[in-house]
Amino acid sequence: MSNMHLVNLNGKLESESIRKGFGRGLKKAGELDANVVAACADLTDSTQMSLFKAAFPERFIEVGVAEQNLVTVGAGLAAVGKIPFVSSYAAFSPGRNWEQIRTTICLNDRPVKIVGSHAGLSVGPDGATHQMLEDIALMRVLPNMVVIVPCDAVEAEKATLAMAKDARPNYLRLAREATPIITTDKTPFEIGKAYVLEAGADVTLIATGTMTYQALKAAELLFKDGIEAEVVHVPTIKPLDAETILKSVRKTGAVVTVEEGQIIGGLGGAIAELLAEQLPTPMQRVGMQDHFGESGAPDELLTHFGLDAKHIRLAAHHVTDRKK
Amino acid sequence: MPQKLPIKRLETIANDIREDIITMLEHAGSGHSAGPLGLADIFTALYFDVLKHDPKNPDWEERDILLLSNGHCVPVRYATMAHAGYFPKKELLTLRKLGSRLQGHPERLKLPGMETTSGPLGCGLSQACGMALGLRMDNKMRRQVYVVMGDGELDEGNVWEAAMLASKYQLNNITAIIDRNNIQIDGPTESVMPLGDLKAKWQAFGWHVLEVDGNDMEAIIDACTMAKAVTEKPVMIIAYTIPGKGVDFMENDFHWHGAPPNHEQAVKALHELRTLGGKIRGEHE
Repeated sequence: MSNMHLVNLNGKLESESIRKGFGRGLKKAGELDANVVAACADLTDSTQMSLFKAAFPERFIEVGVAEQNLVTVGAGLAAVGKIPFVSSYAAFSPGRNWEQIRTTICLNDRPVKIVGSHAGLSVGPDGATHQMLEDIALMRVLPNMVVIVPCDAVEAEKATLAMAKDARPNYLRLAREATPIITTDKTPFEIGKAYVLEAGADVTLIATGTMTYQALKAAELLFKDGIEAEVVHVPTIKPLDAETILKSVRKTGAVVTVEEGQIIGGLGGAIAELLAEQLPTPMQRVGMQDHFGESGAPDELLTHFGLDAKHIRLAAHHVTDRKK
Repeated sequence: MPQKLPIKRLETIANDIREDIITMLEHAGSGHSAGPLGLADIFTALYFDVLKHDPKNPDWEERDILLLSNGHCVPVRYATMAHAGYFPKKELLTLRKLGSRLQGHPERLKLPGMETTSGPLGCGLSQACGMALGLRMDNKMRRQVYVVMGDGELDEGNVWEAAMLASKYQLNNITAIIDRNNIQIDGPTESVMPLGDLKAKWQAFGWHVLEVDGNDMEAIIDACTMAKAVTEKPVMIIAYTIPGKGVDFMENDFHWHGAPPNHEQAVKALHELRTLGGKIRGEHE
């Protein structure tokens, strides 16, 4: 493999749930700034807010199973100078409380940090009700909202610390399953930046969240096929780093987007909008194709719904063929 | 903090505010009439007696916070703020016009002194909870959080989520006021969605409840004073108001919930307000 400078895929990768990085980041953010507070809707351990709660019990608020209240209490906390992180499962927040987020956080411009855990297909056996696939689309369409989807626990920790210093409303998407750790403490992270993790000239794989690992694996498979894939990791879906993405696509002339969510309105939608207006390019979107998931093991589901490295490889072949 | 004004003077201000509400709504050609007229006494009491605030410094760090949860009643807040000196009264005529700071539903970012953006119902009390929690964490208990809510708004589940939270955390720095005027868009509240015994409901949720005639200036002020003396619980003031108060043909008629007066109706309403229902000769007559 060539030009691998930002991530480390060599040897056996350690895995950790992305949400654990959030838990560590939140506790650190709390140590750095006394105004950081947290609220949760009866999922304190699951969303990994328990570390913060143990360290700062007086700055933690348990709202019960009440997601509408969760985000509006957050808006109130932000109004008096707090930096509130509010967490639940993504299916419920922002799944249930979108209007409250729109009015009291976005239109009202309060820097509430909404953390949606257990997002995506990989929540697995819980089934379609809990497999939140529409959250990126829901949050991306809101003015003032920043949408962040880290690829591993190390990046999630950095993202959390960056969010605590960001003056805008933020949405952080987290997954439950252990995800291979592909970045290190030295890998850069800045809100609003995309990163070329693997350089290549033939096709650009644009991925976010847990799927960035799958895209890197697909790049390895493609290399054996004689196709050099460039892998662009997009941890911030809004605002989108158009410059980095366009630069890569200008070079490769073919694009596959990869995400663990609906392609409509998600990362795939965002890239399609960008390219249709600025650089029309053969493109295919890997992700959920406008349907719901179902119960199953996470790996099984990724394969069943066409979200694994093999499917990304296939999509990459299709788009490179269209270039010819 | 201005000097305390006599009740009679406050009542005159409330009447002037009602006149401005009529003029604004007629000029705007859309908006809500009944609620704002019914709330004029409560808003006068808040801005001219109860609240710690400074119209010349809307972001004053020691101020009390007033949230208007039922944002559609914002004409009464705009008119009261103008009377209190937040902005010139002539700006009231820009209500609902393109480029105005006085949006159809209130927007914090447009108008200094407007503490939140509201309109979609049921979100005020929970924001008040967040503010009250944050202020308590910072030991700023001398700042009180007031929230005015509609009764129709109580249909929203979010309200009861907030009711439980305020009770759990004993947020005694919240004083909530329900505008109990018994109407909402589709008709009387008790036929649209019966609210039943509101006092018992809020008590069951762990609140200290006061009931008051919401068109009685002295009673409103007294209730707000009593509310601050309750230290164990958040306080709910159920204020019974007459929707459309002061304008005979609007009073208690739910059709005026979401409608403005036309020119003829406005002339009639203003005449009634200026003569206090025919009791005195109007100075403009």
